[in-house]
Amino acid sequence: MASVTGDDILLSATGLTKTFGDFRAVDGIDFAVRKGEAFGFLGPNGAGKSSTMRMVGCVSPVSGGELRLFGLDPATDGPAIRARLGVVPQRDTLDEELTVEENLWIYGRYFGLSRREVRSRAAELLDFAQLTDRAGDRVEPLSGGMKRRLTIARSLINSPEILLLDEPTTGLDPQARHVLWDRLFRLKRSGVTLVLTTHYMDEAEQLCDRLVVMDHGKIVAEGSPRQLIEEYSTREVLELRFDAEDHKDFAEQVTGIGKRVEVLPDRLLVYTDDGDEAAAVVHSRGIAPLSSLVRRATLEDVFLHLTGRTLVD
Amino acid sequence: MSATTVPTLSGDRAHHGVRQPLSTSERWGAVFEYLLVVYKRTWRGSIIGRFLSPLFFLLSMGVGLGSLVDDRAGGVDGVPYLQFVVPAIVATQAMWVAMGESTYQVLGYIKWNMGYHAMLATPLGVRDILIGHLLSIVGHLTVATAIFMGVAALFGGFSSWWALLSLPVAVLTGMAFTVPLFAFTARQEGDNGFNILFRWVMTPLMLFSGTFFPITQLPVWMQPVAWATPLWHGVESSRMVATGDVRWGWLALHLLVLVAFVVVGWLLAVRSFSRRLVT
Repeated sequence: MASVTGDDILLSATGLTKTFGDFRAVDGIDFAVRKGEAFGFLGPNGAGKSSTMRMVGCVSPVSGGELRLFGLDPATDGPAIRARLGVVPQRDTLDEELTVEENLWIYGRYFGLSRREVRSRAAELLDFAQLTDRAGDRVEPLSGGMKRRLTIARSLINSPEILLLDEPTTGLDPQARHVLWDRLFRLKRSGVTLVLTTHYMDEAEQLCDRLVVMDHGKIVAEGSPRQLIEEYSTREVLELRFDAEDHKDFAEQVTGIGKRVEVLPDRLLVYTDDGDEAAAVVHSRGIAPLSSLVRRATLEDVFLHLTGRTLVD
Repeated sequence: MSATTVPTLSGDRAHHGVRQPLSTSERWGAVFEYLLVVYKRTWRGSIIGRFLSPLFFLLSMGVGLGSLVDDRAGGVDGVPYLQFVVPAIVATQAMWVAMGESTYQVLGYIKWNMGYHAMLATPLGVRDILIGHLLSIVGHLTVATAIFMGVAALFGGFSSWWALLSLPVAVLTGMAFTVPLFAFTARQEGDNGFNILFRWVMTPLMLFSGTFFPITQLPVWMQPVAWATPLWHGVESSRMVATGDVRWGWLALHLLVLVAFVVVGWLLAVRSFSRRLVT
């Protein structure tokens, strides 16, 4: 694994562990995040991403190992660390009975900002979150995407140095996701360090400079999206679908084509550096799939290779 | 219209770097302020309820039953029934307000809208949340009690200005329920426990804690049950100060019991809140 050193490390973990009774949700992970970086935890539900995020957010005590934010220990300096963090939880924790701007004002007061500061800051953030014309409306009837943007605006009220986002776009429609990604991109460009979890490949590829792949509480790979694909996958993937109950039956017929073949319930994945050429070989063997598709390899392929499972079941 | 850069602000706490820590009162004050904003949105509904239900008790028990008791028995120990029962209803109402404020809303902030979780992601801690929320309930109790006492005074429910002391006594009685109830609520998964509490704890307490008749009228074996509950101590204290029939030793003892419920409740509440919210 690539090691990260230097003075600009804002967040580091060594042997970080979280247990609930006998269950090890996070099982001795190491990682470090540099200032200005967008760092991701990729993994399926139950991989330990949220438990990790809650420890990093200093709301969940560390069970073992060492965790440092800004060089401080969450066990002793929790409030001082949280004063410098922004948190976007997996589930919105807005007060839906109050208005959009009241939610921002209230939250700013939790950080000890004066009423005047909170008001001017809220106005700027509503503009950033494209919610200015809904400022005086109650939160409850807003769309999921708007609530999410409000949660992000709220998390920025204290100008955080690290923004923690736990599955920021889960449950949103594609358009809302793109709006959100755009906002997160702007944040990153302005120098905010992003730490996020996701089980979406495209999200990880879009947003993360560097990421770790988690499974069963452990880190199974680390690197930039491109590095991970180069290391654990091929450049292209040929997807073959057959008219069959079980695609295993067809796996033998394509052996020798490409570098590796993965069998999924509904398709075969042929890993190769040249998808078109592989498709031509399939054709020349007289194999007739229902459909064949050549695509670029993604992080999904990396995950499949590392764990033998797809990410979103 | 959208900004291309993220705005930054001057001022210690709105700026990057090490922030100036919040004082204790700033921390619980922020929680209190939030609940005040919530109250601004909901006070109309709660004020009508708080006004009407004790008023019904006042009319039926105090005026209706009272005229019968006064005619037949000349009041209770020489005190007109209305003036006997009103200070007790003041304390009993505080119990009901405490119940209303310490159950569904608290569980909501834990479980449904997760307002406490939002707070804990900031510099605030469990104790700040508890103090801020408990003080807001002191406010609710004060308002509810003051309104009811005002109405009861118009009906002739009090005989002297000493009755004003029933207000702090009622607030203390309410807190003797509220604080342990916070600990109870933080252990609940759903509202089943609340239904049991309302039906099998609060209602019997109201009926058998000396609110409507002295507990000496109860069978001897039932009297110690009343001693163990905060309501009887609240009722007795409120009645003593309102009627002016103060036995100081007893009053001190009653108030001490109420304070003990608050203190023990606080320890339990800190523990169950921490266990529930900081996992």
